Amino acid sequence: MNMTIAQITARALFGRRRSLWLLPAPLLLIGLAVLSQSLGAAPRDWVPAVVVNLGLNVVLPVIALIVGTGVLGSEIDDGTLAHVLAKPLSRGQIVLSKLVVAFVVTAVTVCVPLFVVGLVAHSSSLAWGLVVGGLIGSAAYCSLFVALSLLTRRPVLVGLAYVLLWENLLSNFLSGTRVLSIQQYTLEVADRVSGSDLISGNVSLAVALSMSFVFIAGATVLAIDRLRSFSVVGETS
Amino acid sequence: MTAPSPSPVDIASVSKWYGNVVAVNDITMSLGAGVTGLLGPNGAGKTTVLHMMAGFLAPSRGTVTINGQPAWRNPSVYSQLGIVSERESVHGFLTGWEFVLASAKLHKLPNPTAAAKAVLELVEMTDAKDRRMDTYSKGMRQRTRVAAALVHDPTVLLLDEPFNGMDPYQRMHMMDLLHGMGSKGRTVLFSSHILEEVEQVSGTVQVIVAGRLAASGDYRTIRRLMTTRPHVFTIQSSDNRSLAVALMGEGSVAGVEIDKADVLTVRASDYGTFTRTLPKVALARHIRVQRLVPADESLESVFSYLVGA
Repeated sequence: MNMTIAQITARALFGRRRSLWLLPAPLLLIGLAVLSQSLGAAPRDWVPAVVVNLGLNVVLPVIALIVGTGVLGSEIDDGTLAHVLAKPLSRGQIVLSKLVVAFVVTAVTVCVPLFVVGLVAHSSSLAWGLVVGGLIGSAAYCSLFVALSLLTRRPVLVGLAYVLLWENLLSNFLSGTRVLSIQQYTLEVADRVSGSDLISGNVSLAVALSMSFVFIAGATVLAIDRLRSFSVVGETS
Repeated sequence: MTAPSPSPVDIASVSKWYGNVVAVNDITMSLGAGVTGLLGPNGAGKTTVLHMMAGFLAPSRGTVTINGQPAWRNPSVYSQLGIVSERESVHGFLTGWEFVLASAKLHKLPNPTAAAKAVLELVEMTDAKDRRMDTYSKGMRQRTRVAAALVHDPTVLLLDEPFNGMDPYQRMHMMDLLHGMGSKGRTVLFSSHILEEVEQVSGTVQVIVAGRLAASGDYRTIRRLMTTRPHVFTIQSSDNRSLAVALMGEGSVAGVEIDKADVLTVRASDYGTFTRTLPKVALARHIRVQRLVPADESLESVFSYLVGA
């Protein structure tokens, strides 16, 4: 972890207009929860829709996608990454610094509203379960999306395809795809930690934890290796 | 017996291709201390060569070493290497000071503040150092990038088109800076498409044409080795016409011409023989040679011969 890289990355992230997209989704999440509760709806009626379908299935991956591809992908696109690459730093240090920034920003942006939503549903155990699940999900998604920035020139597109097609569409028809779904790990961990019957996971805790680890470690190692062999594109002359 | 120390920059049989397109074809060059200009027409492969030296690009074949260490997949070379790439993207939200200081910190210098202050003074950017870089002119950004590349006092400095966007004063200042580094024993390689710049900064050139190394060394020496092209001299003497007639009888002279201003131009087929013959011919006819100037030893003529060959 290199503090100079982390500081520049964070400033670059919040300096971009794209970071404004981080605000509405968490506010919408809290707003819907407060509205449902104030209209007298029972948590059983709105928690699965607001927390699972919107919070864990959409808000978490989309924010991780914006942040995860922003910390490295944007610097690759505008060429500023070359300044960091031309320094005697291990590529692991660079990737980990960027990953930590992406994780912290995603986790804060997602876990705080999830915690509030849990409290609105009058369940502190649900609130803490969502926080723990959100942390695991933030780490896994960010690792994946940072790695995608180095694996493809269209990390946002590929990331969206993973979230929308693989996790949200295919997993409804093919239960086997759930084993490779960060969404399912997040849900399972939140379910187990909270012990709440308002949400329920579809994979075992062992699968959720081990596969989360595989995603985080595998994607990070892959990203470091790709950055070691990263070619800086220049104007031809 | 000790092994000879490696050259600061060594490129051995390096080629780079993209699919079927060969960008760099079997180039071997070795750079020592001093300033060297990297010349070539657009698309010749200069940036590709510089990027391979900078460890930004893997050679398809051959090896590139900096101070004996491989440049590719080896971040430790950057402790001795400074790079100013042509693409001038910078974090616009940083001030010049923050940018150079960050560079010093990333190099893990013992006193990054002092190092950043010194290089900003060197490139004369102290007054504007607290302004955001997105408010800088092109030349100011370029100077700040040079400061960031010099902050760790590298032994090897690679610059891709470093004079781009600079005004004449800044250009001169940058040339002095590169000269100074070269005379202190640093290895400086810079690419440029402006021949006057190269001519003013360095006598030593590496010329790349169509991905191949066309010539290497002092450009005046390169010119003299081009024996297939007549050497052009302009001569001023006490009697140009008589001298012209006499020179036409010499085997080393391919042609003479006298223009309206009575300037004698001689095309010599053999540089050495002609320069030895001229004094003898002039002396025999009691003609005083007042001036003898090689007319096509400029870098421009050398370059055009190489590119046109």
